[in-house]
Amino acid sequence: MTEQAKITPMIQMDNIHKSFGPKHVLSGFSLTVQKGESVVIIGGSGTGKSVALKSILGILKPEQGSIKVDGTEITTLSNRERKPILAKIGMLFQGAALFDSIPVWQNVAFGLIQGKGMNKVEAREIAIEKLRRVGLTPDVGDLSPAELSGGMQKRVGLARAIASEPEIIFFDEPTTGLDPIMSDVINDLIVECVQDLGATTLSITHDMASARKIADRIAMLYQGKIIWEGDKSQIDASGNDYVDQFIHGRAQGPIEMQLLKP
Amino acid sequence: MTNPLATIGRVFLNALAEIGRLSHFAAIAVMHIFMPPIYWRLALQQMWLIGYNSLPVVGLTALFTGAALAQQIFVGGSRFNAESVVPGVVVIAIVRELGPVLGGLMVAGRVSSAMAAELGTMRVTEQIDALTTLSTDPINYLVVPRLIAAVLTLPLLVLVANTIGVLGGFVIGTERLGLNSGTYLQVTADFLENADIVSSMVKAAVFGFIIALMGSYHGYNSRGGAQGVGKATTNAVVSAFIMILLANLIITVIVFGNQV
Ligand SMILES: Nc1ncnc2c1ncn2[C@@H]1O[C@H](COP(=O)(O)OP(=O)(O)OP(=O)(O)O)[C@@H](O)[C@H]1O
Ligand SMILES: [Mg+2]
Repeated sequence: MTEQAKITPMIQMDNIHKSFGPKHVLSGFSLTVQKGESVVIIGGSGTGKSVALKSILGILKPEQGSIKVDGTEITTLSNRERKPILAKIGMLFQGAALFDSIPVWQNVAFGLIQGKGMNKVEAREIAIEKLRRVGLTPDVGDLSPAELSGGMQKRVGLARAIASEPEIIFFDEPTTGLDPIMSDVINDLIVECVQDLGATTLSITHDMASARKIADRIAMLYQGKIIWEGDKSQIDASGNDYVDQFIHGRAQGPIEMQLLKP
Repeated sequence: MTNPLATIGRVFLNALAEIGRLSHFAAIAVMHIFMPPIYWRLALQQMWLIGYNSLPVVGLTALFTGAALAQQIFVGGSRFNAESVVPGVVVIAIVRELGPVLGGLMVAGRVSSAMAAELGTMRVTEQIDALTTLSTDPINYLVVPRLIAAVLTLPLLVLVANTIGVLGGFVIGTERLGLNSGTYLQVTADFLENADIVSSMVKAAVFGFIIALMGSYHGYNSRGGAQGVGKATTNAVVSAFIMILLANLIITVIVFGNQV
């Protein structure tokens, strides 16, 4: 690895602005993720965490700002040009987002078959292997996603995200809606899978236990900006009132709930 | 809110913006037909869903309409002792107008709504976003197969509808109204011209495009959970209906407007 490659961050977002109509969601959002690092974004519901991830994927287009993935500026690329970049990224969606028209194993193998043109027999073997990796038996592969519990769906989503062995993985609220034990199982799986692949990860969560487990570094999003970031060991002594209020889940503090306003 | 002019202006501007967005979506979808990959397997699957499953409803619609038409024309024609026009008028009316229009509307009711509901659900559950992260273009994967399937299938369905519609008229005409069956078929064949069949097929293909476009557009751009999907479904059907009727008028005027 050259000196240059070492210092190029895997993801570099600089001064991102994104609004929907009159509503400013991201206003001056900046965040850098180094190669091999695991960064977790925390922040209240509706603050724009998912919007930030979708901007990196090109699903949403910010009005302003620069996003570099492995040194390549992606905001100016066409969908076609973005394809090789997207091939490096896997994502676990907030609601798993499994395709309900096809069986579980085809969900897991989707990127291999459609994206990489792998033949079905080979792709199925890999899919079964990935399902085993997340603790699901091969017979689950033949079920329809609608037949799975929420926790199983998250696992299948995880298997799908890691199936093509991406360099970068996004986890959007991997533990939301799961019981504490299943949450911990998913957290462990994430940590293991990331170690296996040596991947760079960017995750979103409200769940501090999850953040502490999967993060190297934690960043807090509030009113469209990252207002604090630091090593996870520093989170309890951040000296930032907003962070303190969030991690202790207090109703009183500098963060006004949006609900009270209108 | 109180100024009626402002309200009218806003409605007008919103309508223009919607037309702009729809045209943009249509242009992108058509462009993607020429940008591989084309998922032929999905297109075939859609052809089956659109075509085979619509056969009963389209067939029954054509049968009843053709029969009712024959009865009405017979009654109307008998005032001028012109009962013999029944086969000719039935075949012209069915092939030129009623076959494609009623067939198109029936299929729109079934298919545009189903497409909007399916794509809308995929949108709000982030399945469309997931396609992007799996190196698959959602327009290629979801919209293009539906467009291709509908454009190819509707002419076949309308061909069936036309045939059954004429048959409906024939059954009433010969069984109930006492017309001679040999003469009926002869007059039908004499009246029918190639241009009628061609225009019927062109209409069907255009209606197929409208049906898939409206279903895809409203589904693909739906937002706001289950309620949003419901709204997308309704809008898809209503807009497909209106656009089919408008397109029918335009094609009719272009093709037959100069004939005297
Ligand atoms: N496609 C869109 N169109 C319009 N508004 C949107 C769209 N996507 C997101 N928003 C708005 O942007 C804001 C941020 O949404 P986002 O999904 O990023 O929140 P979040 O931080 O991920 O919250 P949660 O933790 O609840 O998932 C929300 O207020 C939402 O209404
Ligand atoms: Mg979110």
